[in-house]
Amino acid sequence: MFQQNRLNNEITLLQKIKNLDYILLISVIFLSIISVFVMYSTDGGEILFHTKNHFIKLAVFFPLMIFVAFFNIKFWHNFSYIIYSLVIVLLIYVSFFGIKASGSQRWMDVYFFVLQPSELMKIAIIMCLAKYYHRLKIENVNSFTSITIVLSVILIPTILVVSQPDLGTSILIALSGLIILWLGGVKIKYFIYSFITFLISLPFIISFLKPYQKLRILTFLDPDRDPLGAGYQIIQSKIAIGSGGLDGKGFLKGTQSYLDFLPEKHTDFIFTLFSEEFGFIGSVGLLILYFIIILRIIRIGSISRSNFARLFCFGYAFAIFIYIVVNLSMVLGLLPIVGSPLPIMSYGGSSMLATMIGFGIVLSAKINHKQMIA
Amino acid sequence: MIKSNSGIRKTDVINRRMFIIGAAKVIVFVAIIARLFSLQINENKKYLTLSDKNRIREWRLPPTRGNIVDYFGNVIAGNLKVYQLHIIPEQVENFNYLLVRLKNLLNLSDKKIAKINKLKAELKPWDSIIVSENLSWSQFVKINNYLYDLVGVKPVMTISRNYPFNDVYTHVLGYVSQPNEKEILDNQIIQERFVPGMKVGKLGLEKRLENHLIGTNAIQRYEVNAYGKRINQLEHQKGQQGSKIRLTVDTEIQKACGELLNEKAGSISVMDIYTGDIIAMYSSPSYDPNLFLFGISQDEWQLIRNNPLKPLINKTLSGLYSPGSTIKPIVALSALENNVIDTKFKVKCTGKMELYGQTFHCWKEKGHGWVSMKNAMKQSCDTYFYEVARLLGVDRLNITAQKFGLGKKVLGEYFDNEKKGLFPNTKWKKNNLGRGWVLGETLITGIGQGYIQSTPLQLCMMTAQIANGGYAIKPKIIVDSNPTSYEDAKQSMESGLLFDSNSDSLLDKKLFKDKKNIKIIQEAMFASTNERFGTSYKSRIDDPKYQFAGKTGTAQVKRISKRERELDLELEEIPYKDRDHALYVAYGPYINPRYALSIIIEHGGSGSKAAAPIAKKLFKLIIDRHELRNKQSNFERITI
Repeated sequence: MFQQNRLNNEITLLQKIKNLDYILLISVIFLSIISVFVMYSTDGGEILFHTKNHFIKLAVFFPLMIFVAFFNIKFWHNFSYIIYSLVIVLLIYVSFFGIKASGSQRWMDVYFFVLQPSELMKIAIIMCLAKYYHRLKIENVNSFTSITIVLSVILIPTILVVSQPDLGTSILIALSGLIILWLGGVKIKYFIYSFITFLISLPFIISFLKPYQKLRILTFLDPDRDPLGAGYQIIQSKIAIGSGGLDGKGFLKGTQSYLDFLPEKHTDFIFTLFSEEFGFIGSVGLLILYFIIILRIIRIGSISRSNFARLFCFGYAFAIFIYIVVNLSMVLGLLPIVGSPLPIMSYGGSSMLATMIGFGIVLSAKINHKQMIA
Repeated sequence: MIKSNSGIRKTDVINRRMFIIGAAKVIVFVAIIARLFSLQINENKKYLTLSDKNRIREWRLPPTRGNIVDYFGNVIAGNLKVYQLHIIPEQVENFNYLLVRLKNLLNLSDKKIAKINKLKAELKPWDSIIVSENLSWSQFVKINNYLYDLVGVKPVMTISRNYPFNDVYTHVLGYVSQPNEKEILDNQIIQERFVPGMKVGKLGLEKRLENHLIGTNAIQRYEVNAYGKRINQLEHQKGQQGSKIRLTVDTEIQKACGELLNEKAGSISVMDIYTGDIIAMYSSPSYDPNLFLFGISQDEWQLIRNNPLKPLINKTLSGLYSPGSTIKPIVALSALENNVIDTKFKVKCTGKMELYGQTFHCWKEKGHGWVSMKNAMKQSCDTYFYEVARLLGVDRLNITAQKFGLGKKVLGEYFDNEKKGLFPNTKWKKNNLGRGWVLGETLITGIGQGYIQSTPLQLCMMTAQIANGGYAIKPKIIVDSNPTSYEDAKQSMESGLLFDSNSDSLLDKKLFKDKKNIKIIQEAMFASTNERFGTSYKSRIDDPKYQFAGKTGTAQVKRISKRERELDLELEEIPYKDRDHALYVAYGPYINPRYALSIIIEHGGSGSKAAAPIAKKLFKLIIDRHELRNKQSNFERITI
């Protein structure tokens, strides 16, 4: 056992490169290329601010992903708690000294770009809980202490992010955490009880929501109640997607987007533009690409020897899945509008940084899939 | 080992749990694809429509009015390219500087500048402001020369109504201008097609035929962005020009009428005695309808409005005049028809006639001596007609006059300013003035004075109906889809039967009891013009080709006092307002007649001096154009 460890530790750079998961890599590269073209379309067929910046971010974060991948998975295991604590510190820092924009305080200036720590928390919480369940004895999974600890680990960042306020990201953080609980073996009945409790307490939760958040829920239930105000985004989004048809209006020909009917087309509504221009075929193609990425991550998880790597991969695969589902359901009018970006496709540095780090750790798990962690 | 065991067990738990959510993932993905399918495939049409509704906006342009042409196809109300100047505020760099430049270039008033600034504040920055609706060519060239310095200025070419003959047809055609609120609300078609800058008929045929002339809007489709800004033009759908309308009028004759009435107040009407076609209908003075197209200036309007010759009144249709002696053919006819007199009946004219202590004067102070009907008509002896009217009575006279169209509208529905005039009878006076008829009133009615009022067009129609042998005609100014040819009309009249062109039913339109009587009147009118001592003998044309028969009239506008009668003032010595109206009705050529006319010169003095000479000049032209007109009669048939 010890020998094996030593063997794995001595993997050469060449072997590391050889052991990278190329299906995952190619899929990510492919997705990145698509995202640049779509960004080019949001700029109205010109290389403007968004296209340029998106490309630069990809050019920086993609190598970063490889860099992350070259660290042994054990390294990421060892630093999980520290990384989690660091991001918590950043969240607290942001809540005091963060940059305010459009009514919320969730960014900090780190000289070369504006960082949103809550996006990093999406990864950090998975790492932290994966390590916790990796080390936790199976008998203690359902013990009161352990459940209290993990719930605190989830609740602290969630509350910090909700108070920014940023409901969308906090829900994604909470869901990412809860999935590790699920994978770790917390009794199914607890999930069922909590879900029932959640449903019962929903009216109370709603009463605590900010007026604009309540409005979003009302708008979701009936977008036509205020078609030029609160319902505008979702109505225009549905028009854009619906008018795309089978094969779309064509690249750079999405009228809804280039005539400015689509709001937030660079970020949360990027799929709308894609779907308008490339239609049902393009949309399903994009979903398949995402599905391949998710399946690949699950596959890497299932060949991993360590439960940390396995939990991280499964958790991260689920998180990516949740991001996509929440974003798509939102733009398709299946869920209320909560700010949630589409991984890689949406404009936004922090989200891309977190996603790339996630892929990096997954790739590290692939390179070191035989690695055991004590 | 224990650790590794628990590790393995844990791995199983993780894998099992993973499998459960894996299945859930597939279901959710399928659900999302189903949603995409429903939006993009099932409801594609609906959303495509909504998307087009978002991005496509229509701009309607003013419709192009139909042309109005004369009988020969000459355009008398057409459309002309006009040059306009627009400003697009968002393209302007320095708005105030631009306004100063334009002010200097186009001599804009301060008021206009203030208006432009107000419009700029009200409109969206990409909506164009119309600075000038109608630039002259020189202004347009000037603007184009300085265009490099006038960023945001757009010279535009558009179409506007134009009356190429200026004032010649004003009272027939009317004019167009911006519609007011009431006109938009009252007319469904205007309401549907209204766009700023559109012009509608305000008067005359332009107003009456609005729904035929208006045309349909051209539509421009633009792609707009979310803020309503035009991005690019998608389509230009041409509008349909309004219907072309052909009138019965002859521009050459109409123009001649205008020249003959130059500087005079009055009216000339010319009519085809068989078809009822109005060949000319001119009211003088006239004014230029082109002035009204872009809003008439206050100065020009005041000039028209305050002209003492009253150019705004369509004298042909709305001017009411005592017919004076021009009524005498009808009085004589009525008396003949009612067997009150015959051709041998004579009256001794001593220059005046006494009745119940009142004196009724003949125009000739010395009197005409013994006169028969023919002589009385020829010399227009008033005493004779006093006596005939006395014998006939106003009620019997009224019946004949009504038959010949007096007291009724001639063109009916075409002109809403047409007056119906008045031919009195005893009942009318009782009903309207509450007093009984006095015999003296019958006497003056017999010479066309008193209550009697007629329009120039009525007198023209009356003459036409005597000229055609005593048959009713239906005057018209628009060539209808199935015009009755002159030969058909004449033939059916002579066979005594007439077709109503509207209902195709056989009508008896004979206006006489004995055809001989009409002939007698025609001969008397011939004598009046072509025999010595006839009142219009000086204006005769001996050439049978042009020879015409007529009757003069001099209508008093004011009672002549004894002193004035003794003075016997020359025309120039009488104040303009008190001078008599000069009238003349005639038809020709005497052999085989075709046309009738009526001439009225307001305050022109005697009919024989002022009005009859005009007829002489006009008849030559009318008859000369007769052949041309005949050839043209099957030129084209236009349905309206």
